[in-house]
Amino acid sequence: MVGEMTREDRRTWLDTRARAPWHGFRLWLLSFPTMIVVTWMNTAVSLISIGVGIPMIPSAAKLQRRMTNVYRDRIGAWTGRPIERPYLPHTKGSFATMTRAQRCFMRAVSDPATWRDYSFLMCEPIVAIFTCALPFLLIVYGVWGWMLSLWAGAVLGDIGAQDWYAMIPISQDYTQQPERVVGTAVLGTLFIAVGFLIGPAMLDYHARWARWLLGPTEKAKLALRVQHLTETRHDAVDVSAAELRRIERDLHDGAQARLVAMGMSLGAIEHLLDKDPEKARLLLAETRASSAKALAELRDLVRGIHPPVLADRGVGDAVKALALDHPLPVEVTVELPGRPEAPVESAVYFAICEMLTNAAKHSGARRVWVELTHNDGTLRATVTDDGQGGASLEAGTGLRGVERRIGTFDGVLALSSPPGGPTIVTLEVPCDLRTTSHP
Amino acid sequence: MRVVLAEDLALLREGLVSMLEAHGFEIAAAVDNGPSLIKALLDHRPDVAVVDVRLPPSFTDEGLQAVLEARRQVPGLPVLVLSQYVEQLYARELLADGTGGIGYLLKDRVFDAAQFIDSVRRVAAGGTAMDPEVISRLVARTTREEPLARLTPRELEVLELMAQGRSNAAIAQQLVVTERAISKHTANIFDKLGLAVSDDDNRRVLAVLAYLNR
Repeated sequence: MVGEMTREDRRTWLDTRARAPWHGFRLWLLSFPTMIVVTWMNTAVSLISIGVGIPMIPSAAKLQRRMTNVYRDRIGAWTGRPIERPYLPHTKGSFATMTRAQRCFMRAVSDPATWRDYSFLMCEPIVAIFTCALPFLLIVYGVWGWMLSLWAGAVLGDIGAQDWYAMIPISQDYTQQPERVVGTAVLGTLFIAVGFLIGPAMLDYHARWARWLLGPTEKAKLALRVQHLTETRHDAVDVSAAELRRIERDLHDGAQARLVAMGMSLGAIEHLLDKDPEKARLLLAETRASSAKALAELRDLVRGIHPPVLADRGVGDAVKALALDHPLPVEVTVELPGRPEAPVESAVYFAICEMLTNAAKHSGARRVWVELTHNDGTLRATVTDDGQGGASLEAGTGLRGVERRIGTFDGVLALSSPPGGPTIVTLEVPCDLRTTSHP
Repeated sequence: MRVVLAEDLALLREGLVSMLEAHGFEIAAAVDNGPSLIKALLDHRPDVAVVDVRLPPSFTDEGLQAVLEARRQVPGLPVLVLSQYVEQLYARELLADGTGGIGYLLKDRVFDAAQFIDSVRRVAAGGTAMDPEVISRLVARTTREEPLARLTPRELEVLELMAQGRSNAAIAQQLVVTERAISKHTANIFDKLGLAVSDDDNRRVLAVLAYLNR
């Protein structure tokens, strides 16, 4: 099998085997702080009955979480499959009638993750020896075999020690028996080889054990999902309420006010028609101009709510139309075989709108590239500019708002903007495409 | 002059019919949806068509699609497209074949009957009538770049009016100067933009639009 590998494959194959025993050993080293944490938790639990444990439990649980989070992060980094945090969110209003200390205690003990953490930490030092630490220990033992056969065997023999290397006795006449010396070296080599070979598998077994206790249970996953949904629903309601307020204000100050003024002008014209036709004609022209302005304002308002090209053609052409109106040269690549649901389409469109505005306003870019693709049930939009970079989600660039807006559809946003550029904003929204056009 | 009219709002359709008839046009057909529009365009082969972008049954850019399809079959079929909004993207698509006979105006422009009828006639004659809003956005986008930045403000003004499809005489009238002054301006503009000078009004306009649409 190794023979069929390319050079690149072989290098990664060797690389993972070389690293795994070391990673496993480092995980095992975590057993020492783990034992301290477990002792603390044991103490707290055993003191619950006399009341002293109650204020101790929350801090002990917190300590446990920090410890298990170290495991989660390391295992995630070394096996490439992260372990999610299972902790239930604090829901406001639960245990509301209790004192603060009682509430903290109840929160800690009512979260199953606390007890799962506890079980994990208690067993981990033993489990680690037989899983992730085993390859490293085998290698160390193998090296010891080499040392015995080279010189340590003679030293031990000289001082009259009685010892065994696996099933080979190490005694005074050790150096006089070549089959023992060679056997030790061969066994040592074997142990080292096995240690390196089983390294990744052992790391994986250990990760499975850790995931079983440290990962979220189905129930915790649901609870976390509910929390996410509650948050994003809240955001969505906020956003649409603010949007409605803006529309109401725009209509009130704009078109509505103009129509009122036009009505008044028309009344005046009616009045003037016989007395002063010249003045009436003047007012009439003004009124017509006013009606044109009212139309223009309504047009802008509608464009802000739902741009016509978006409604007609979908997000691809709408972004192309946006690019044409943009002050910078924008290159748009669209590979969408259909159209997403209208709300998703609209959210993605306005997100890209915001990013293009940022590119023009803040980045000092000279060119912008927009890419829209759909793969494996995910719509991906990437906006790249060649500006000076250094953008952040916090700096009031409106990206937080974009994140919240697409969060309603379980979309995520990633920003890469090193100082000196380029800035790349990627957003992904899970959605299906429909091939038929919107009604 | 025979006109095919497509507009789904009955009130507006009747208004347009009476306005066009009052100015001596003959209405060959007045339709209210995309499929019958394309049939009317191909059956009647009108001298000019006046078409609303948004039409049933889909209420998207059905009118625009019908017009583009008809012009693929009858190249150069003069069409004036009306819309509640003007979009550069659609303007580009209409102008893409480079044969002229295209108008693209905001519906508001109907308020000014004289100008609107003038636009219809210009399109029927194979000219262009682009909405000032399309042109000003096109120009605004390009003016930052050379060589448009080298035009004087007056020349920019002339360029915008020219891109809308106006003749030298019409531009002169609008800016209250002599026609000779305008031809001097246009010569300067063509020189600065490096475009070939043409005496033909329509070809000249198309060259300017193509330049702005790059």
